[in-house]
Amino acid sequence: MSTATPLGLALADRRLPGGQIGLWLGALVIVLLLPLLFNSPVAVTIMNQMGISIVFALSYNMLLGQGGMLSFGHAVFFGLGGFMAMHVINIIEFEELYIPLPVVPFIGGLFGMGFAIIVGSFSTRRAGTVFAMISLGVGELVAACSIIFVAFFGGEEGISGDRTMGPPVFGYEFLTEIEVYYLTAVVVFVTALLMYLFSRTPAGRMANAVRDNDERAEFVGYSQRMVRFISFVASGFFAGAAGGLFAINYEILTEENLNLVTSGGVLLMAYIGGIGFFIGPIVGAILLTLLQTVLSNHTELWQLYVGILFVLTVMYVPRGLTGLIMMHGIAFKTRRLGLLIVPYLKVGMPLAVALFGFVTLLEAGHVANAGIVGHTEFHWLGTVFDIGNMGIWALGLVCLLAGGYGTWHQSSQVREAWHAANDMTAGEGTS
Amino acid sequence: MTVAALELDGVRKNFGLTEIIRGVDLAIEKGERHAIIGPNGAGKSTLFHLISGKYDKTEGRIRLNGEDVTDLPPYEINRRGLSRSFQITNIFPRLSVFENIRCGLLWSQQYRYCFWKLVDNQRDLNDRAMAVLEEIGLADRAETPAGVLTYAEQRGLEIGITIAGGAGVIMLDEPTAGMSHSETEQAVELIRRVTVGKTLVMVEHDMGVVFNLADRISVLVYGEIIATDTPANIRANKAVQEAYLGVTDDAVEGVA
Ligand SMILES: Nc1ncnc2c1ncn2[C@@H]1O[C@H](COP(=O)(O)OP(=O)(O)OP(=O)(O)O)[C@@H](O)[C@H]1O
Ligand SMILES: [Mg+2]
Repeated sequence: MSTATPLGLALADRRLPGGQIGLWLGALVIVLLLPLLFNSPVAVTIMNQMGISIVFALSYNMLLGQGGMLSFGHAVFFGLGGFMAMHVINIIEFEELYIPLPVVPFIGGLFGMGFAIIVGSFSTRRAGTVFAMISLGVGELVAACSIIFVAFFGGEEGISGDRTMGPPVFGYEFLTEIEVYYLTAVVVFVTALLMYLFSRTPAGRMANAVRDNDERAEFVGYSQRMVRFISFVASGFFAGAAGGLFAINYEILTEENLNLVTSGGVLLMAYIGGIGFFIGPIVGAILLTLLQTVLSNHTELWQLYVGILFVLTVMYVPRGLTGLIMMHGIAFKTRRLGLLIVPYLKVGMPLAVALFGFVTLLEAGHVANAGIVGHTEFHWLGTVFDIGNMGIWALGLVCLLAGGYGTWHQSSQVREAWHAANDMTAGEGTS
Repeated sequence: MTVAALELDGVRKNFGLTEIIRGVDLAIEKGERHAIIGPNGAGKSTLFHLISGKYDKTEGRIRLNGEDVTDLPPYEINRRGLSRSFQITNIFPRLSVFENIRCGLLWSQQYRYCFWKLVDNQRDLNDRAMAVLEEIGLADRAETPAGVLTYAEQRGLEIGITIAGGAGVIMLDEPTAGMSHSETEQAVELIRRVTVGKTLVMVEHDMGVVFNLADRISVLVYGEIIATDTPANIRANKAVQEAYLGVTDDAVEGVA
């Protein structure tokens, strides 16, 4: 436009800055190199699971973070996409259909999308409680159907198949975990990029606008219902694609993959990671998958710890872990991050002690409560603890109380340092 | 006679048993700047909500450029060229100031529900948004989240979102409410500039602004229009003076 001023011209050119393209390329390189660093079969399996969770959580955040729609039934689209993908894999095997495996997640996506069109047509009229309740109802309904319609869902034992029977892709038949890793990685990268780009389109921008103020959006020409519907359908596609990845990785789908527990899990991932940021759900998916796979090997109480983490996030860091990191942006830019290191260490040490005490008491309590004769020990930090020894209880209690007091005592210093590091009126820090 | 930009025909609105708008007939010509004045609670904002599609009409018809829009939802009315602001600031608080304006532009620039073009690559769209920001004096706040702007800045943004799309009929509900004297003057100049060649309907309590801007004035009292006329005739109108202007005589004198 010729009337724009120099300032307008400078700011109006807002194309993807080079830095962002670099970020995506960097992420791609890291993802492709990761198996060189973590090459044990267990590690590769965990990374595959992370990839699936990342796509699922990102698709969830298209609703919650981007569109302001709180869903309690998102696993429905994940599960249906997964079941469909599983059927496709079986058709490939038995009908000798020529469909390469990397296409299968996208077929799952299309199926999830198809179901999202049906559900979205009546659930996206309003956001808020009505939307949340419908999502819960649909989640319950589909979970119930999965037991009834055995032909599609395979009843209690679900359906399974063999991913390796399709045509080879560049000579790969996906027999090994690492081959599946690269397939998963590419699909994760492509879908994540597509979801990011969607958020930068008119439909994606208006999703944010409707989230902020659905009434006002209607007075600039947009039907809030249509805006939500489009996000909802897109989200259904990516959830279905994540389900397809699951089918390829595990070669089995059951009712568990679409029930309300799985729906709750993806909410936790997105929320703990931070729903206000694009990468929030990625952070949450990685962390929760780690907790799920690693922590669950060490303690039966892992779900309790995840629950505590969730409650603490909701109460104290509503912007999630990503928000916690982003909070340090000002201090980082003014090069005053150094001011925070010592106070963080000072508060971190008593906090770790308190945490140690807390976990020790919980685990000891759990063993005592189970009351299995002859089973009085638990492992924790490479040590064997015996609950018969009263010292354990005392140690836990003392650590919890002393650590708690120390944390409280040091927190004022952190607060002061925080203000100093974020004081916009002061000059640049020297540290 | 040419088609009126906005035409109300026996419009009524009841909330339960209470009649709030009690039969309003009004025709506003294209290019006219029309002010609606009246005491608190007269139903001015309600009338705006009826015209812009926020409320259903109990009775009567509303035509925009000759087309019946009585039963259309707000977004359909907006797409047909009517854009409005709100008495209580109504913006997208978590979006940046720039994005607020851009949202006001998207539909009118034919982007609709497009999900295959990136907004940041749309040079013309972003130039236009920037031009609007400069027009309303918020260019240096472009990247600030709208929710943290000062009250006066938010009022400016409210007007900006409304005018961004270039609608032919602009409706402003108390655009200068709560502004200081100098801010009001700036706002009036802004409104004058951006409504050249357009139809303006505005609710305003500041008589200085009203008599300064309006070609014609309608006086709404208890849900009825008791007079529609030029500023000079309204000032001389006995019924109006009794019903309304009497209490603000000083303000009127001040302008005259
Ligand atoms: N949604 C509603 N339900 C019931 N009554 C309403 C509703 N909206 C407005 N009213 C009533 O209608 C009357 C007119 O309200 P309105 O907001 O239109 O007045 P106004 O002329 O804009 O006043 P002001 O100058 O204070 O902005 C008031 O008595 C108000 O209480
Ligand atoms: Mg009002």
